[in-house]
Amino acid sequence: MYKIIVLAKQVPDTRAVGKDAMKADGTVNRAALPAIFNPEDLNALEMALSVKDRYPASTITLLTMGPPRAAEILREGLYRGADAGVLLTDKAFAGSDTLATSYALSCAIKKIGDFDMIFGGRQAIDGDTAQVGPQVAEKLAIPQVTYAEALGEIKDKIIVIKRRLEKGVETVSAQMPLVITVNGTAPECRPRNAKRLMKYKKAKTISEMSNASEDYITLSNERPYLQITEWGAINVDPDPTQLGLKGSPTKVKQIKNIVFQAKDSKIITTEQEIEDLMKELIDNHTLG
Amino acid sequence: MNNVCVYCEYEEGKIQDVSFELLTKGRSLANQLGCKLEALVIGENLEGVDKEVSKYGTDILFIADDKRLYPYSTLPHTAVAVGLFKETRPQIVLMGATSIGRDLGPRISSSLVSGLTADCTELEIGEYEDKKVGKKYENLLYQIRPAFGGNIIAWIVNPDNRPQMATVREGVMKKEMLNENHQAQVVHIEVNKYLNDADFVVKIIERQMEESKINLKNAPVIISGGYGVGSKENFDLLFELAHAIGAEVGASRAAIDAGFVEKGRQIGQTGVTVRPKLYIACGISGQIQHIAGMQESAMVISINNDPNAPINKIADYVINGDIAQIVPKMVKYYKKNVK
Repeated sequence: MYKIIVLAKQVPDTRAVGKDAMKADGTVNRAALPAIFNPEDLNALEMALSVKDRYPASTITLLTMGPPRAAEILREGLYRGADAGVLLTDKAFAGSDTLATSYALSCAIKKIGDFDMIFGGRQAIDGDTAQVGPQVAEKLAIPQVTYAEALGEIKDKIIVIKRRLEKGVETVSAQMPLVITVNGTAPECRPRNAKRLMKYKKAKTISEMSNASEDYITLSNERPYLQITEWGAINVDPDPTQLGLKGSPTKVKQIKNIVFQAKDSKIITTEQEIEDLMKELIDNHTLG
Repeated sequence: MNNVCVYCEYEEGKIQDVSFELLTKGRSLANQLGCKLEALVIGENLEGVDKEVSKYGTDILFIADDKRLYPYSTLPHTAVAVGLFKETRPQIVLMGATSIGRDLGPRISSSLVSGLTADCTELEIGEYEDKKVGKKYENLLYQIRPAFGGNIIAWIVNPDNRPQMATVREGVMKKEMLNENHQAQVVHIEVNKYLNDADFVVKIIERQMEESKINLKNAPVIISGGYGVGSKENFDLLFELAHAIGAEVGASRAAIDAGFVEKGRQIGQTGVTVRPKLYIACGISGQIQHIAGMQESAMVISINNDPNAPINKIADYVINGDIAQIVPKMVKYYKKNVK
């Protein structure tokens, strides 16, 4: 059996970006956007679940850092087969770049304790940086295997991983504990399980419990699995200088909306004009 | 002196194009800063790489040549690069935004506690004022990149931490040789002082690299299809036109997500950047992240049944209508008129 941690991020759906998407300081105004489970993190969850399929006594803890509403993706993960969720949330983390994020996550991972494998998506669609996986591995001083597409043999603490590179494929064997980042070409995540959905539908973090009814609090005390772990900075014992904006070497100097230079376009509608265009392209040696 | 250093990728016996592009950019940044351009090559059997790397204006070339350092693996390359950078203290480090650079860059930046910006589309030198603490900085690297799915463009700086690190995709910067006879000072790195056994816990069992048959970057004419092409079958029409006029076929992210063609054909911020003589956009609406990858095309023809498609604004010619009808006509009239 293996102890597995899956890193996941709730991301703004970048296909639906409006004018109020960014704050004046250049950071993201998440509240203005629909939020989704980062797609490649779902591939990562599936890869973790595939290990659990093979070694059913394995445990999967889903860890996310974000605002309180990020608990939504933890419930989603519980519906799909994760055993537990941990939300890392604190104003002290606000404005973190990838390095400060990785540092905070590494503190939370140390607090979770023993683990064999950490899975995460290759990259998140809001930043497309692919930096957090390798940086978490470095902070924990363990190896990383990026762009994983499939797992081969797992024997004791050795795991065989197939990697999808831009120009080919590579198979490696690596020693646990390690970080594995998963490519979008890996199998899609299994859907929600109906029984698990019923079981975890009412799972809540402490923040979400704050305005819960008496009845719910009684229920939650009877069924501890409904309590999603929520940690603030103080719970993971970080070096405060490495958190948030202060712990982020990169600063946003400015942001701009992109405006492209419009051209005077010639509109072509008739068949004769298409023929004339092709002739012109041949005559001026653009073609041929 | 704190210099500009380019990590050069070495694969299948040669330095990769993206590294030459970065050396070209690195040379101009070094000139602006009045510092030297360094290059780092890690691999095995590296005799002769100095000639190639020198031509792009490299002043100092660090070579780590050892049979354990090829093929690329994260930990040993990190150990060598981090060990070297702690001694040479470059102010800027540039790497390709490739499978290797995107694996290695964040590991190095975490180890050195320095800032890294991925997938930059422009790099410039400029000043920065931190208004909160009232501190001014000069000669910082502006790491300019589209963010948020390409909807905005962000200027990122690393005021206090060094090196300032950035990755850049292949094809984004131009590759220009400085001088055929330029010769860098070559420094051979004693790798054993940086490496230890723990760096070799990940073992490569098998490797299959395939030379891509798609060559978008150097194609003079590109026919590119978007979601509006509608189907794989309609994409075949684009391939027929490409075959007739000697062009390469590209695609937008939406067309690739829809499964019309393979990922290697993607043009845009998260794909390839192209600058052809002629770019024919078929059924492409023109999301910013796509336009970012083709806006430097010398001529653009847009074929779209939506006269208000954003891409039409940057097109020299706009053909209103259905791909399935117009593209075969282009084939017909090309064949009729070509000598």
